[in-house]
Amino acid sequence: MEAKEIIALKNLHKHYYVGDETIKALTSIDLTVNSGEFLAIMGASGSGKSTLLNILGCLDLPTEGDYFLDSVNVKTMNKNQLATIRNQKLGFVFQSYNLLPRTTALENVELPLLYNPKVSNAERRERAEHALTAVGLKDRMKHLSNQMSGGQQQRVAIARSIVNNPVVIFADEATGNLDTKTSYEIMALFQELNDKGMTVCFVTHEPDIAEFTSRNVLFRDGRLMKDLKVQDRKSALYALSQVKEETFDEL
Amino acid sequence: MKILNLLKIAIAAIRRNKMRSFLTMLGIVIGVAAVIAMLAIGYGSNESIRSTISSMGTNLINVMPASQNRGGVHMGRSSSPTLVVDDVTYLQEHSTMIDAVSPEVDGSGQIVYGSNNWPTQIYSGNTDYPYIKKYEIASGRMYTEKEIKTNAKVCVVGQTVIDNIFEEDEDPIGKSIRFNNIPFKIIGTLKEKGDNTFGQDQDDMILAPYTTVMKRLFRQTYLRAIVVSAKSEDEITATSEEITTLLRESHRLGDSEDDDFEIRTQEELISNFGSISEMMLVLLGSIAAISLLVGGIGIMNIMYVSVTERTREIGLRMAIGGKGRDILRQFLLEALLLSIMGGIIGVGVGILASNIVENVLGWPVLITSHSIILSFVFCTFIGVFFGWYPARKAASLNPIEALRHE
Repeated sequence: MEAKEIIALKNLHKHYYVGDETIKALTSIDLTVNSGEFLAIMGASGSGKSTLLNILGCLDLPTEGDYFLDSVNVKTMNKNQLATIRNQKLGFVFQSYNLLPRTTALENVELPLLYNPKVSNAERRERAEHALTAVGLKDRMKHLSNQMSGGQQQRVAIARSIVNNPVVIFADEATGNLDTKTSYEIMALFQELNDKGMTVCFVTHEPDIAEFTSRNVLFRDGRLMKDLKVQDRKSALYALSQVKEETFDEL
Repeated sequence: MKILNLLKIAIAAIRRNKMRSFLTMLGIVIGVAAVIAMLAIGYGSNESIRSTISSMGTNLINVMPASQNRGGVHMGRSSSPTLVVDDVTYLQEHSTMIDAVSPEVDGSGQIVYGSNNWPTQIYSGNTDYPYIKKYEIASGRMYTEKEIKTNAKVCVVGQTVIDNIFEEDEDPIGKSIRFNNIPFKIIGTLKEKGDNTFGQDQDDMILAPYTTVMKRLFRQTYLRAIVVSAKSEDEITATSEEITTLLRESHRLGDSEDDDFEIRTQEELISNFGSISEMMLVLLGSIAAISLLVGGIGIMNIMYVSVTERTREIGLRMAIGGKGRDILRQFLLEALLLSIMGGIIGVGVGILASNIVENVLGWPVLITSHSIILSFVFCTFIGVFFGWYPARKAASLNPIEALRHE
């Protein structure tokens, strides 16, 4: 598969205005992400990585500069068009899962397709089941979200993010609420999706999590400081097996 | 977004919070039930007053003596001796519109039979009297023209009187009773009429020839009233006018003199009581409407809390592609569904409550389809009206902030 330009940021700025003060959250960002990349967006809090993710996720618009998503300039879009883009081209995974409580895994995964009038009931059900199978929750489709463990909930959230066949998945500290072992499981899942060709942008401040990605971009004070290709991506599955052994040794 | 999907989302949201949804609905349930029950009671009493009055005869015209003014003092109506038997004769001879006319004399007294006694009312008239006042014979016979002429001491008795002075299996016909110490022979019994709306027992009475009652019982020469039946309901006004003319002639009243009698028709009575019960209806209805309004405010409250509580959910829905109008519709539909479901349950509870009122309290109730439609339309309106503002609030949330909301 030929690499395609999924995300292209051209001299992008984001300013916030608080009273008389102007806060420059992002300054002159140029960034290109090709299809099939597994990008880690890193930086301390206040570095601008959340602002960037909001813009990349079409939840916010840049103050200056252009953002091309899948060759479409997002800047010219209105609120409803942005919502449609989010619905059909993007997937979101959050730190706190954001599943609907007291709702089955299947219904949670179906949710994005409910907002897409082109998807029929039967297709919606089929695609949701397919997505849940892909994240290894085939047996738990009818389980209620609040009766699942953190790792399982995050898997449901990942299934929800891939159910609309997005061009890119944005994950915001997706392992932040999970213990090491579960974090590795989730990273293994992301790696598996990435290996199948899914483009993933992963925001994190943990360097050991970033090691599982294929490219790290580092932000500081609203500027892109470093852009590194990871030469040999660490396997999360291997890391997981190590964790298991450690636990075994301790016992 | 498809309306069916929207409905699915709204129903799922309501089901996810069963207790809260139920409590929200409760306000509407109580409001609608109150409206239905109150209107049922109001209409019921209205209808029962109407039917009581018409059971007395819709064509009935009462002519009563006007209250007289003697030396500046208004005298009671029954004490004014302006109507006499000759007036009845005059009407019979000269009227072209009257269907039937009868003098009416009544009074109260004590009935004694053997060792039993009972206070009751005696009514009397001529042979047309039972026809005009809609009294019917259950057994035996009515008094005759001859018995009127001879002041015969015969009477027809109502069921309450029979129940109180006779043994259960005793046949009252042919028995002799004393009313205020005058002996009467019972020649017939009256069909039961039951209580009227004013709580009067219409069977607690006896009926006798007016001559007997006037001459032998009360020794009076004037009548309490003249009762007339018009040929039809439409002719009541014309008949009343004719009666006025004829009685003024009969009483030889000059042009400058006031009528010394008063004409009352059933229509007037109906409209008088009608306006009272309408007032009651409005009163009951508005109390109920206020409770429905309070229910609506309850919905708004809960929807507000719900929007705040579900801020993250709203943020998520927006993040995965829900448009502002989708969110607006979802919350509006939730409010609407809650109020409509509350309305349906409320109608059920209202009908149930009306039946309980009817069966336990014995009040007349009438559930009209239009009170059901009215309360239904009203609570739908409440759902939209009170759901709109919270829904707007939800739709105008910024997804970034909503997602960050704790």
